[in-house]
Amino acid sequence: MAKFILKRLAMLPLVLLGVTLLLFGLFNSLSPEMRASIYVKDPRQLAALDEVIRKYGLNDPFHKQYSRWIGEVLSGNLGYSETAKMPVTEAIAAFFPATIELSVMAFIPIMVLGVWLGTVSAVHRDKWIDHVSRFISITGYSLPSFVLGLLLLMVFYGMLGLFPPGRYSLASDLIIYGGNYQPYTGMVLVDSLLNGQPGVFVDALRHLVLPAASLTYITMALLVRITRSSMLEELGKDYVRTARAKGLPENIVVNVHARRNAWIPVITIASILFVQLLGGVLITETVFAYPGIGRWVAQAAVQLDIPGVMGVALLTSTLFVLGNLAADVCYALVDPRIRFQ
Amino acid sequence: MSDNFKEFAADTWKRLKRRPLSLVGLALIAGFSSVAIFAPVLAPPEKNARDYYLIPQDGYSPDPVRPSAKHFFGTTEQQFDLYYGIVWGTRTAFKIGVAVVFVSIFVGILIGGVGGYYGGWVDEVLMRFTDVIMALPSIILAVVIVTVRGPSLFNVIVALAAVSWPTYARLIRGDVLSVKQREFVLAARALGASDRRILFRHVIPNSIYPVIVVASLDTGAIVLSAAALSFLGLGAPVGYADWGQLIAMSRNWIIGASGSPLDYWHTVAFPGGAIFLFVLGWNLLGDAFRDILDPRQK
Repeated sequence: MAKFILKRLAMLPLVLLGVTLLLFGLFNSLSPEMRASIYVKDPRQLAALDEVIRKYGLNDPFHKQYSRWIGEVLSGNLGYSETAKMPVTEAIAAFFPATIELSVMAFIPIMVLGVWLGTVSAVHRDKWIDHVSRFISITGYSLPSFVLGLLLLMVFYGMLGLFPPGRYSLASDLIIYGGNYQPYTGMVLVDSLLNGQPGVFVDALRHLVLPAASLTYITMALLVRITRSSMLEELGKDYVRTARAKGLPENIVVNVHARRNAWIPVITIASILFVQLLGGVLITETVFAYPGIGRWVAQAAVQLDIPGVMGVALLTSTLFVLGNLAADVCYALVDPRIRFQ
Repeated sequence: MSDNFKEFAADTWKRLKRRPLSLVGLALIAGFSSVAIFAPVLAPPEKNARDYYLIPQDGYSPDPVRPSAKHFFGTTEQQFDLYYGIVWGTRTAFKIGVAVVFVSIFVGILIGGVGGYYGGWVDEVLMRFTDVIMALPSIILAVVIVTVRGPSLFNVIVALAAVSWPTYARLIRGDVLSVKQREFVLAARALGASDRRILFRHVIPNSIYPVIVVASLDTGAIVLSAAALSFLGLGAPVGYADWGQLIAMSRNWIIGASGSPLDYWHTVAFPGGAIFLFVLGWNLLGDAFRDILDPRQK
């Protein structure tokens, strides 16, 4: 198994090479002036444009620019992100914990609710609970995330004043940057407890409720659907009939026998969903003004902050490869018949 | 082939009728199609309008105005008429969805078909390329493509097609791999048919049905992504009849005046409702198609 994992990890550099070549090529289809324009804000500085182009060799042939970029990346320098106003590595360190926090807060309910609803739906096929769960899931993947986000904000922030957008309130901001607060992990929920600040914890939790809920509703749909169809297939098989015939209680047949075999497609989808969440939920973070990777890359891409976009692309593609690998390892854990060559 | 097709169509219709939800989906799509076709009747453009897709403005006041007899759905930011925008936006939604799906299927068939049929290093190169596209979150890639090419409706279509085709390529490739082992392909080859003829006349037509299911579900998803790009300010120019943009305009109005927090509910509810029902229609239809075409559920 170690050999299998190593072999898959060896693919990572190839994927990263492909992804960065693709993006670099896209950006390089722009004129050097366009690529330099984010660094020159004032019309009176136009002369500086040429200087930026010369200094950073934006006029060099493609392979020269790309190999220079690769060289810098390999030496640990991802460049400076103009939209984040800090080096890319620092920006990732600042925004990624926020995204992890949001992803985990959404992923737990997605898994628990999604698998539960999918199972219930399959067991009570064509009964009212099945219809309700199918309705929930089909509306979930038909609703644009920003419409749901805006509606939630309208009701729970505008009308009821319960859950504000952002990551934490001004009061928490003062505590966090007040001097006596150690940012151990960058995740506010964890750090606030480690620092003995329950007020900050509750505040951060309140800010996470709406984005996590909206992500859960929209993302859960796919999982409900996959669990349902996978369970339906298993429940129709002979071993289930045998188990029932020998008088096993229904909940053991469903939860132990059938569901264990239904896990494989669920794991595939779950790993894809989690990586998607981690990869920065662009729209949700933007709607809720939540300072994570997604909101940052949205700004960076729109403003042609090339180092920012390239940095996030490296991060998300790495996560993508690792996520696929994790799913493959999970297959072997749930199904001993699966072996690695 | 034509008899087969008639039988298939009759069978499909029979199964479709058995599912009330799929009929709802069909009705929604039919409804939106008529709105798109009769847009000039439902929302007559002003007499000397240059471009019918530009939403008329009633004054220039920034604050949205509630629905009234003059503006059925009210107006949004800068007095753009929501009713007009939603009616003409239906055409925009169809254009984007259909164009992107067709281009993606075409590219997918080409790349997946050629890769699956020829195998070897051709397949290897093409599949590694699709892997690269799929390793990037599609929305990030789409945003970069639109930014680089400049925001416009056409470039939104280009970007979404560029991120959508790998799904089809993989699907077609898998089917081609299994179909090409079948006897009729061998028979065609024994009769001396060329590679191209076998690929396009025998292999691909026999692996197209799963593509129809994905295409139907995809149309909805594509309209959602297009709206997301508009929401980030990367769509059609301001004032163009496009649902995503109308929703983006409502972003500043989630809180009403003090005392009546839901003052501007119509700015998000109407365009949001339109896009939701449109996507729901395609999803219900796609779900029904999947059930119908899935041999395990026969």
